[in-house]
Amino acid sequence: MTTAYRTVIGLETHVQLRTRSKMFCGCAADYANARPNTHVCPVCLGMPGVLPVINREAVDHTIRTGLALNCEIPEYAKFDRKNYAYPDLMKWYQISQYDLPLCVNGHFDVEVNGATTRVGITRVHLEEDTARLTHVTAADGAPASLIDVNRSGAPLMEIVSEPDIQTPAEAMAYGEKLRALLRWIGVSTANMEDGALRIDANISVWPEGEPVGDVKVEVKNMNSFRSLGRALAFEIERQTARRERGQPIEQETRGWDESAGVTRSQRTKEYAHDYRYFPEPDLPPLHVTRQRVDALRAALPRLPDQVAADLINQGAPEADVAELVQDRPLTDYTLAVIEAGASAGEAVTWIVHEFRRALNAQTNKSAAIPIPPAEVASLLALRAKGSVSSTMAGEVLDEMFATGKSASTIVEARGPQISGQDELLAIARQVIQENPQAVQDYRDGKGRAIQYLMGQVMRITRGKANPSAVSTLIRTQLDAME
Amino acid sequence: MADELYRLTLHAASQGLRDGSFTSVELTRSLLDRIESVDGRVGAYLTVTADMALEQAADADARRASGRDGPLLGLPIALKDVLSTAGVETTCASRILEGFVPPYDATAVTRLKAAGAVTLGKTNMDEFAMGSSNEHSAYKPVRNPWDLDKVPGGSSGGSAAAVAADECLAALGSDTGGSVRQPAALCGCVGLKPTYGRISRFGLIAFASSLDQIGVLTKDVTDAALLLGALAGHDPRDSTSAEEPIPDYAGELNRDIGGLRIGVAPEYFGKGLDARVGDSVHDAINTLQSVGATQRQISLPHTEYALPTYYVIAPSEASANLARYNGVKYGLSDPQATDVDEMMARIRGRGFGSEVKRRIMIGTFALSSGYYDAYYVRAQKVRTLIKSDFETAFRDVDVIAAPVVPAPAFDLGAKLDDPVAMYQSDIMTLPASLAGLPCLSIPCGFVDGLPVGLQLIAPPFAESRLLQAARAYERTRGPLPSPTKAIDTQ
Repeated sequence: MTTAYRTVIGLETHVQLRTRSKMFCGCAADYANARPNTHVCPVCLGMPGVLPVINREAVDHTIRTGLALNCEIPEYAKFDRKNYAYPDLMKWYQISQYDLPLCVNGHFDVEVNGATTRVGITRVHLEEDTARLTHVTAADGAPASLIDVNRSGAPLMEIVSEPDIQTPAEAMAYGEKLRALLRWIGVSTANMEDGALRIDANISVWPEGEPVGDVKVEVKNMNSFRSLGRALAFEIERQTARRERGQPIEQETRGWDESAGVTRSQRTKEYAHDYRYFPEPDLPPLHVTRQRVDALRAALPRLPDQVAADLINQGAPEADVAELVQDRPLTDYTLAVIEAGASAGEAVTWIVHEFRRALNAQTNKSAAIPIPPAEVASLLALRAKGSVSSTMAGEVLDEMFATGKSASTIVEARGPQISGQDELLAIARQVIQENPQAVQDYRDGKGRAIQYLMGQVMRITRGKANPSAVSTLIRTQLDAME
Repeated sequence: MADELYRLTLHAASQGLRDGSFTSVELTRSLLDRIESVDGRVGAYLTVTADMALEQAADADARRASGRDGPLLGLPIALKDVLSTAGVETTCASRILEGFVPPYDATAVTRLKAAGAVTLGKTNMDEFAMGSSNEHSAYKPVRNPWDLDKVPGGSSGGSAAAVAADECLAALGSDTGGSVRQPAALCGCVGLKPTYGRISRFGLIAFASSLDQIGVLTKDVTDAALLLGALAGHDPRDSTSAEEPIPDYAGELNRDIGGLRIGVAPEYFGKGLDARVGDSVHDAINTLQSVGATQRQISLPHTEYALPTYYVIAPSEASANLARYNGVKYGLSDPQATDVDEMMARIRGRGFGSEVKRRIMIGTFALSSGYYDAYYVRAQKVRTLIKSDFETAFRDVDVIAAPVVPAPAFDLGAKLDDPVAMYQSDIMTLPASLAGLPCLSIPCGFVDGLPVGLQLIAPPFAESRLLQAARAYERTRGPLPSPTKAIDTQ
C-alpha cells in the first residue's frame, strides 16, 4: 500500500521599499547604479555613537501593504534588536520587529486554474537591509570579501504567510500576485532580479493522517518564481523519498542551486541562531494613530482584484484581465480608454495583445504612454465600425506612436477601407488565379487555404480590405469555380 | 592673577573675558601649561588637542572683538573620550578603538562649539564607561588630585580629576549608573546628570542606551547651569531626546528655595554607609533647612534591588552595543586572520579589557533564549517598580537628598579583584539612573581629608529646581574648609 503525503508551505517575502531615504538615516535609498560605498553615512556604517531615526515613509509603505493584504494595524508597534554576527551587518545586530509588528492577521487570495486559495498573512514587519558581500580572489590569489555598504540600512519589509500553501503552483501564484500588488500600490519595484523581492519558503511533507510535526525545512536563494516552483517541487520529492525510506526529516536551512536543480543543506538546527531579541532602546515604541491608518486606507488605490472584478463584469475576458492587472499603469490607461467610450471587452483584449506589442516596441520605455486614451478609444471605434481592419488598426497604432498624429488623421490619409464589391472582386479573382495550389488545397478540404488567400488580398490592398467582405468573396468565388 | 587663570570657574572666566582682563588665548595657554605640568601625575587626559584649542581660542577672541558674546565664548572645556569628535581620536579608553578618528561630532560637542567653547582634549575614563574607579582604562589609570594614591571614581574619572586638578574649567562626562556623580563626589566637584532625554545622545558612544546620559562636571553650581543651558534640547537625530521646553537655568538659579520639601529615605542611610559620610549629608540637609527648606521622611522600598537590576539591564544592552567592534570597519585590525570568525575572536580577545568582557558575557547570557524572561524581562519589571517608588515619593517632596557614595575614595587597586565590591560603590547612584531622573552631586564635606558628596534627585525635567536647591546649599555653606590637594603641594 502506498502512503499519501501532504505538503504545507509558508512563504517569507522580503521586499525592499521604494523610499527617498534609508530606514534609519538620511542617505538616499536609491543606490541601484551608484558606485560601491557612496550611499553611506556614520549611521548606516554603524559608527560608534550613532542613533537610528525611523523613516516615516517606510512605515507608511508597510501599513499600506498591510491594508492591501487585509491586515489589522495594531495601535502600538515597536522595534527590536536581532543579534547576529556577520560582516554584512554593520552593528552586528539588525533593527527589526519581533513581537509587535506593524501589521498582523491578514489574508491574500490566490488563484490557480480557476480555484481560489485563501492564504493567511501572519504579519508584515519592517527592518533594515544588510550590506552586500562579494567574494573574490585577491591579487595574491587569496580569497577575499568585499563589502558594499550602499544597501546597508535600506528599508526592508517582510511579509510572512501562514503555512496555507500546498503546491509549488500556489506558491508561484502567490509570489506573482504579491509582486503585482506591491507594484500596484507603489511601495516597491518588486524586481526579483535585483533583489528588491526575495522569497524564502518553509516546507514540510508528512504522511496523510499523521499530525503535522514542527519539523520544517527552510529553502532560500530562489531568484525567480520559476526557481521557487522548481525548488519546492524538488523538496517535495526529496522529503517524500526520505519518508518512504523511513528516514527522518531534519530541521534545517537549504539553499537552492539553480544550475544543479537541487537544494543543499546550509545550516542544521544545532547551529540555529539564538538572536537574543530585545526591545531597541534607541527607538521609542511607535504609536500608530487611527487617523494615520484611516488616511492611508483612504489614499490607497482600488486594488487589482476589485478592478479585475469590475472589468470582468463589464464583459472583458478573464484571462486578458488577469494579464492586464499585472501592470497598473496599463490598467489605468485601459480604464481611461474605456472611460473615453470603448467597450471594456474590446479595450482590454486589444490593449493586452495589440497595444502592448506596439508599446513594448517603443525605445523610451520609462516615459508615460504618449498617446491620449481618447485616441485609442477612437481607433477602436473606427475598427468596430469596420472603417479599419484589425491588421490596419495595428499599423495605424504604430504610426500613432511614431508620429503622434491622431487615429482619424492617419486613417484618412491612408484612404478608407476597401469594401467596394467591384474593386475587391477584381483583386480576389487575381489572387485565385495566381495561386492554383491554394485553390487545390481548398478543394482538398484544407481550411487554412482561405486564410492564405485572404492574406494575399490584404497584402495587395495594404490591409485596407474589409476582412469579412474578402472572406465571403473568396469563398463565393472558389465555390463558383467547382 | 594671570598665571593662575586655570583656577577660574566658567562664570568668573567669562566675566574676565568680557571685561577684557585676559583673552581666551591667554586663558587657554594657562590651561595647556597646567595640563603640561600636572597631568603626568594625574593622568586625566588621553588626548590633548593643544593646536586646535588655541585656534578655537583665537577665533573666540576674534568673535568677541567683533562684538559678539555668549555664555561659553572662549571658555576651555574638556570632553570625555566617550564623545565622538570629528578629526580627533576617540577611543573610549579601549584598545579596540585605538587610532579611531571619527568623521563626525557628537551633538553635544557641536553645541559646545556653536556656543564658542574651546575644546582642550579627550579625558580618560573606564573602558567604554564600565567601571567606578577609572582603573579600567586600557591606557592608564587616573589618580585622585586630592590624594594621588586614591582612585578618582569612574567612569568619568578623567573629567572629574581634570576639573579638580584645574586642568580645564569644566568637563563633559557621561552617566549610566553614576559615572558623573560618583567621580564628582570623590574629586570634590559638582556633577550633574540631567533627565534621560534632556541632552542628545547622538555621538555619545553607547554603553547602555536606555540609561546613558551626558552630564557635566564643574567647579560650582552656576557653571553646571551654564553648561546645561548650552547642551539641553531636542535633537532630531536622537529619537529618545525630549521636546520639553528649556528653562533659563542660569537665570533662575538664585531663586529663593523657601518651602522646598526635601525627602530623606532611610534606604540610603543603612548598612555599608560610612557614618561620617552620613553625618556630612545630614549636615547639608540641615543647612538647606536653615534657608527655608523642610525635611520629610520618605520610603523608596525597592532601592536594594537597583544593583542587580542595573547589572542585568546595562550589560544586556552593552552586549549588543559593543558587538560592532569587530575589526571590520575601524579600530584594531588583524591582517593575519584567515577567516571572519578567527578575526572576530582575535580582535575582541585582544581589544577588550576584562571588565568589558565580563559585562558582554553577563549581558549575552541574560538575553539568551531560555533566560531572557528570568533576567531581562524581570529586571525591566523591577525597574518599573523603582521608578514608581520615586513617582510616589515626589507626590510629597520636591527633591530627594542622599549620599552619593558610601565612603570616600579608596586606594588604587583596592577593589580591582572584587568586581562586586566595585559595583557596590554605585549603589546610591543607580536608582535615579534606572528611573531616568535628574540628579547631581555637590561637595558637602571631607572624610579622612577626602571629599564626599551630597546627592540631590528631582522629578523628570526639574533640573532648574535641582540646581536652585544645590545653589542655595552652596551659597549658604560657603567655601568648605578644605585640606590642600596633593596635586598643589609639590
